Amino acid sequence: MLSDLYVFGDSLLHRARPLIKILALVVFCTGLFLFDHWAVIAIAGLMVAAGFAVAGLRPHHGVAALRPAFWILVAIFAVQVWLADLALATFIISRFALLILAASLVTLTTTAGEFVDGIEAGLKHAPGWVPKTRIALAISLTLRFIPLVRSVLIEVRQAQVARGLERNITALLVPVVVRTLKHADETAQAIQARSFD
Amino acid sequence: MDTRDTVFIALFAAIMAALAVFPPITLPVIGVPITAQSMGVMLAGGVLGAWRGALAMVLFLTLVAIGLPLLPGGRGGFGVFMGPTGGFLVGFVLSAFVIGWLTEQFWHSLSFPVALAICLGGGVVVLYAVGVPWIATVAKISPLTALSGSLAFIPGDIVKSVIAAGVIVTVRRAYPIITR
Repeated sequence: MLSDLYVFGDSLLHRARPLIKILALVVFCTGLFLFDHWAVIAIAGLMVAAGFAVAGLRPHHGVAALRPAFWILVAIFAVQVWLADLALATFIISRFALLILAASLVTLTTTAGEFVDGIEAGLKHAPGWVPKTRIALAISLTLRFIPLVRSVLIEVRQAQVARGLERNITALLVPVVVRTLKHADETAQAIQARSFD
Repeated sequence: MDTRDTVFIALFAAIMAALAVFPPITLPVIGVPITAQSMGVMLAGGVLGAWRGALAMVLFLTLVAIGLPLLPGGRGGFGVFMGPTGGFLVGFVLSAFVIGWLTEQFWHSLSFPVALAICLGGGVVVLYAVGVPWIATVAKISPLTALSGSLAFIPGDIVKSVIAAGVIVTVRRAYPIITR
């Protein structure tokens, strides 16, 4: 029900630690914004292409990553051509495409589980005031609550359709929120009863 | 912060995720699809209050960033923050905080008009105050151009504020979480 965007593989990029990949992404993106030059775009383009090749990803993965932003990018391109010139418009759109593709490179080669493990490993070294166990609890509770909220949403919707209230969103959301809040309270009591604190 | 707060934060992060699969409603006149997800931002602030609401958004965005497809259309991963509209996502945190803080201030006299004003201020004005300059900066366009490009979404956001305000006021009576 809840699958991540991971593409299976065993490349250097797949095996790299999530933290390293995120740091590399941050450096990459900062670099793209810091050095406003065509040469930087070209180098970055080669780097992203090399990354896709090393990770064994196909062009359709890149297309899928760019598709959600497609119409916004078209709009920005049109505005830039109209207000500035074709060169700036192309520059801006190429930079967006590279940022999105570089980010998708991290997402496609890392499972959500590896990220969660990475977060937990990172928390081990966090200073004492960071509520480490609470953060880990919150993440795992959210992953448990997502299917719960979805099933409550479907149940309440069916009940309201039976009452002829299918177009009334307030009549849908209020029972969903109240029911899941009650469930959350029971969950909190169950956790407290097991001396989590 | 006790266990109950942690559980509520996790719950509203999950509600955000569940609202992404809610079928989008397309406004008849202008044809812009509105998704239910930004109602989740208003509900998190208006039901949980400032800190818990904002932390629920941080948790939700963390799960999006690590690649879970929790945004409408099954989007997720770091790429969504790199795109032009990343500011609207980051703005969820501030938006939920402002809505939560204002709701806490007006908790005892929270009526539908007050809740609506809070949702419009925190859910629309604050969100656009983060999202529009973000687009303007990363796309190198003037803030005014970016704002006019976003205007098509305002009617949908007003509809969502009306719904969220109604839900916040009703949940306050039925199952109040903010206690002051």
